[in-house]
Amino acid sequence: MADISANFLGIRSPNPFWLASAPPTDKKYNVLRALEAGWGGIVWKTLGSQVKNVSSRYSAVDYHGSRVMGFNNIELISDRPLELNLQEIRECVKLFPDRAMIVSLMADNDRSSWHEMIAKVEDTGAHGIELNFGCPHGMNERGMGSAVGQDPEIARMVVEWVMEKATIPVITKLTPNVHSVVPTGKAAVEAGTNALSLINTIQSVTGIDLDTLIPNPNVGGQSAFGGYCGPAVKPIALKMLTTISQDAVTSRVPVSGIGGISTWKDAVEFMLLGASNVQVCTAVMKHGFRIIEDLCEGLNNWMDEKGFATLYDFIGQSVNRITKWEALDINYHIIANIHQDKCVHCGLCYIACEDTSHQSINLEYGKPYNTYTVKTEECVGCNLCKLVCPVEDCITMDEHRKGPEYLNWTEYQRKGLPLNDH
Amino acid sequence: MAIVNNRLTAEQYDQNFSDIHPPFESREAALVEANRCLFCYDAPCIKSCPTSINIPKFIKQIATDNIKGSAHTIFSANIMGGGCSKVCPVEKLCEGSCVYNLMHEKPIAIAKLQRHSTEKAISGQWRLFERKPATGKKVAVVGAGPAGLSCAHVLSREGIEVTIFEKESKGGGLMTYGIAAYKVTPQFCEDEVNYITSLGGIHIQYNKELGKNLSLPELQRDYDAVYLGIGVGVARQLDIPGETLDGVVDAIQFIYELRSKGYPAVPVGDKVAVIGLGMTAIDAATQAKRLGAKEVTIVYRRTQEEMPCTEAELEIAKLDGCKLQWLAAPKEVKGQDGKVQQLICSIMQLSAADASGRRAPVDTGQTFTLEVDMIIKAAGQVPFEALITSEQIEHRQGKIIIKDNVTNIPGVFAGGDCVNGGKEVVDAVQAGKDGAAAILEYLVSSE
Repeated sequence: MADISANFLGIRSPNPFWLASAPPTDKKYNVLRALEAGWGGIVWKTLGSQVKNVSSRYSAVDYHGSRVMGFNNIELISDRPLELNLQEIRECVKLFPDRAMIVSLMADNDRSSWHEMIAKVEDTGAHGIELNFGCPHGMNERGMGSAVGQDPEIARMVVEWVMEKATIPVITKLTPNVHSVVPTGKAAVEAGTNALSLINTIQSVTGIDLDTLIPNPNVGGQSAFGGYCGPAVKPIALKMLTTISQDAVTSRVPVSGIGGISTWKDAVEFMLLGASNVQVCTAVMKHGFRIIEDLCEGLNNWMDEKGFATLYDFIGQSVNRITKWEALDINYHIIANIHQDKCVHCGLCYIACEDTSHQSINLEYGKPYNTYTVKTEECVGCNLCKLVCPVEDCITMDEHRKGPEYLNWTEYQRKGLPLNDH
Repeated sequence: MAIVNNRLTAEQYDQNFSDIHPPFESREAALVEANRCLFCYDAPCIKSCPTSINIPKFIKQIATDNIKGSAHTIFSANIMGGGCSKVCPVEKLCEGSCVYNLMHEKPIAIAKLQRHSTEKAISGQWRLFERKPATGKKVAVVGAGPAGLSCAHVLSREGIEVTIFEKESKGGGLMTYGIAAYKVTPQFCEDEVNYITSLGGIHIQYNKELGKNLSLPELQRDYDAVYLGIGVGVARQLDIPGETLDGVVDAIQFIYELRSKGYPAVPVGDKVAVIGLGMTAIDAATQAKRLGAKEVTIVYRRTQEEMPCTEAELEIAKLDGCKLQWLAAPKEVKGQDGKVQQLICSIMQLSAADASGRRAPVDTGQTFTLEVDMIIKAAGQVPFEALITSEQIEHRQGKIIIKDNVTNIPGVFAGGDCVNGGKEVVDAVQAGKDGAAAILEYLVSSE
């Protein structure tokens, strides 16, 4: 059995799975249920000046019969009294001393408000603080949340205030609603943050009711931009995480990965791209806290199979596998191969290639079943046919190198090698 | 033993004749199935449908909540798409070729999805087609069955006035009179005919029978073209002694009565033998059982390998408790006081395959006896040979000969069962479309 325990800035947890700052972590009742279920840590829902929420608050994007591919919310930070939250945090820390307790904060935009808030949080016995510089709705209109995260200099200033006061580790949570997360990440690191976490939610409109013409979520006939999350945002989060892992400044601090993590596989991908642990929200909002069981078991089994004894044996291992396009090997060439014994003659590879790619699949008419074969000389190895094929391993992409040596685009141009003639 | 009616209670009749293929219970259930569809390109299911319905398209339209578009896609190719979704032997047509079969998974429930869209269109009386401006042309269609209705609908859409002459008092042909009631209800058949004619430009005159109160020369005189979709007639004779005894009935007649008179009015025996194993034989056998017959035996002279019905149909009969006598050919009917008492059958064996690969049944000389009080003949139907001959239409053993949909008489077209000798509803619908296309060409060229 692999060891899946995590140590994030000295904050220990039995597994690397924390619940992100969100509705599931907004009070003792939920948090105790989560900890009983086995979650490694909690990032308590953001505390700040008390707010009032609206109804409704959530909407989702369904895809091809599957519910909640993407999830959207317009809920603000905690709308419960600050003292009640602090009291409950204190109780939870006592009841589960082996789990991580991080408190998300979003104080008013002045030094004393932050200092006051940090003192109160530290008094609960919590292990760390996460700065919410990401909330994309409501709070940003008041100069907080993503309004801070979108301006590196404001972020730098706030982190500096925080670091003056904080005696427990500080994690700065980044907003994805920027061209690049690196400038704010750099500013936060330079200002002394102990760690980064990303991504927060992405501003979105999930859809419109075609009967009423009102976008959702519907609040009395109107809607507002919400924060998008769930499986749909994972690829975007992974990209942003990679830029943080590859930057000389931001890679100096550990990163907590967030964004559409639903399974142990998702978690492993975040960790391979440099996250030291991960935070989960939408998946538990869909299925409840019980998913922690498979998150842990799946991770453990995968690590055993791969021979990784601890998380630190594989964290960051794929970071260097993402490079600039110019460094890719032009001599690497693959060609689609349709395995006729597995083909069910659905024609999806054919129509995708014929209409939208390189006309590299041949159709031989049959009634009722056509035969599809690859025109190997035409195939550019784009993967499209394999991606749309409904049968596992029916189409494989077989390697046929153009040349034995590594050859990138810069070299290719320098040597004056021929360009495409079609 | 006796042939009596009213064997069951009203509840029992209702239960026995309730819909064998219930529809989706909700939009969500239909969506789950619609979303399974892979949306194949040049799809095998389309190629396996005689009317070439664009099945992936109409299923995709269900998935996008475009039910109106879905119904239009279906009806554009097959105006009886509603009825066909209930009676088609889909296991050997569209669903039989679904690529999921090749993955060893359940094929898409195409018929059920088709029913989902078409029933909404029919019950909601959606207006999905518009007629083109009137051409001033008139066409007479003989027979308001699937071929005639399909032909009439295409012609009317093209701005032609169509009059259909039907010998029965209801339209739909064998759909209304010749198919098991647990597949399509009489009410559905009526609604379907009304939906087809709601397009306008199609006028049905009932109780008009060719050769009786309707004459072909007069139709040729009064109309610009004539389409014959007169179907086929009674069940094939057995040509064995005792066939005229009381209790030997024709399957088509039996089903006709069941469909037209109501279940309690139709008498059925205690022990029934059904001769033949086509779709009609299955419909007769299962319905005899469902009317309250104690024992029903299907007698077929070949084996399961050669049977004309599908596996799914045979399964229905077996689940209804019908027995099967393979390799048995009726030899003689014996009776007392003019009533059936026994069916003597010859025991057959299959010969070696002939040049066409078919193995003929050969009499072994041995016999066995079934104690029965009713015998239903369902060994194929006989074309209206005398009628066709008297109208001087060329035919082959009663089956009208057509070339490019036209008979030997210019301006007189034909299609469906009266040409092919009896196939599926869906084949007749396609024949009607083909006939209409030929008529349109003829009307243009004769201008």
